[in-house]
Amino acid sequence: MQKRMIAKATELLNNGTVDRVLGWKTGEFFYDLTPAVFDSVSALEAKFVFNSFSGANLSKYLIAESRKPGKIAVFLKPCDSYSFTQLLKEHRILRENVYVIGVQCDGMCDIDKVRNIIGEGLLSVRKDGNHLIAETFDATKTIAKSDVLLERCAVCKSKKIVTYDELIGEQGDVCESDRFDEVARLEAMTPEERFEFWRNELSRCIRCNACRNVCPACSCEKCVFDNDNSGVKNKAAADSFEENMFHIIRAFHVASRCTDCGECSRVCPQHIPLHLLNRKFIKDINELYGPYMAGADLNTKPALMDYTKDDCEPSIVYERNGGAQ
Amino acid sequence: MSVNETFSPTIVAFCCNWCSYAGADLSGTNRLQYPANVKIIRIPCSCRLNPMFILRAFQRGADGVILCGCHPGDCHYTTGNYYARRRMTLLFSMLDFLGIEEERTRVEWVSAAEGAKFAATMNEFVATITKLGPNRRLEDLRCRKE
Ligand code: SF4
Ligand code: SF4
Ligand code: SF4
Repeated sequence: MQKRMIAKATELLNNGTVDRVLGWKTGEFFYDLTPAVFDSVSALEAKFVFNSFSGANLSKYLIAESRKPGKIAVFLKPCDSYSFTQLLKEHRILRENVYVIGVQCDGMCDIDKVRNIIGEGLLSVRKDGNHLIAETFDATKTIAKSDVLLERCAVCKSKKIVTYDELIGEQGDVCESDRFDEVARLEAMTPEERFEFWRNELSRCIRCNACRNVCPACSCEKCVFDNDNSGVKNKAAADSFEENMFHIIRAFHVASRCTDCGECSRVCPQHIPLHLLNRKFIKDINELYGPYMAGADLNTKPALMDYTKDDCEPSIVYERNGGAQ
Repeated sequence: MSVNETFSPTIVAFCCNWCSYAGADLSGTNRLQYPANVKIIRIPCSCRLNPMFILRAFQRGADGVILCGCHPGDCHYTTGNYYARRRMTLLFSMLDFLGIEEERTRVEWVSAAEGAKFAATMNEFVATITKLGPNRRLEDLRCRKE
């Protein structure tokens, strides 16, 4: 796959279709692949990497990159293509300056899950069909790829590449996914249990803002949380209220625009299951206002930018729980 | 949760300028009683209610927050309350998901002619929150007064 991608990018650079290529290069370690812009064939050959750790979603970078002079090629996995399409819908990316190469994807891996199985001393990991072969200081071990997928890949919502100029590999379809199961499990708990669950999770937040910075939907030029007067001043563990406020408001701001791309959960250094917050909104929207998938097309209105005259009343929340008000 | 005998909740009521605020006024001119612990904040339209305002109210000591606006279909700006309705539905559902007591937030549509409904709604809401006790799950300890 990597070879075909480099060949394609080389061809596009050489025939003048694009001036730059957005892809991934190795970061400090072999598994922390970082988004990178390549402006020459030699740079591509030296640094371009695509493997089981190319989880990073490149669409958000195009907000800035598509405004630079010249045209840029980008590689988008199916889930990234939803983010890209959603950003197009919000008029954040200049489509004419981007050449999209959709890439087939069979799931990206979570290095922490690999480590949990392999233990310390990991030197390299390479893919072999449905397996990963991990080299450590003293051994070579084979693990099933399905055991170490990123959370979002384990419950992949779609293999379909929504927007592209050309494809490498096969076009896929929307998948049957049980991504809402965990949300449903929480919904079935008592409020006290849910409160405990979330205190336990959210109290670990260090307010590094990585989740916000990586999120394609969080691309406001000025974020409320950068406002000194917001009363939530980027302080970790200052008060449980701050944690709640940050997470409720951030999730709310992206509600009906979040494509469930899973980047927020992937980058959280504290392993907070942020996807559960976003999916709760998605699940509610699906159930209350009809099925809706952000980024699946350019025309459907996001649920929060739309209404019908006979929408349910907010009291549905209590009624659903069997309470009367 | 233990109910403090002397607990008198702080309620913040966001009222839209065109219907509910006038409804509150009417309940005043009609000398209908509603508890003094309801603090009314006037907003231009129910859809002006940023979810952050609700959280902020809880942060600063509210025990219950209620939004009152024109009945759906009667919005001064035609559609504001339709948007507000969706936003509040999703927000309340999220608060519930986080384990915050579902009774603490409410939306009620009150027209300018419904002074009696306004007073009754507030009386009932204050009673509910009094029974529920002080807001502890969404409070900011740094803002606690006692
Ligand atoms: S990435 Fe995780 S730790 Fe950082 S601000 Fe987001 S939730 Fe908190
Ligand atoms: S909130 Fe998370 S899952 Fe949703 S778009 Fe942002 S990064 Fe992706
Ligand atoms: S948290 Fe809200 S204001 Fe900040 S970037 Fe995300 S959507 Fe924008």
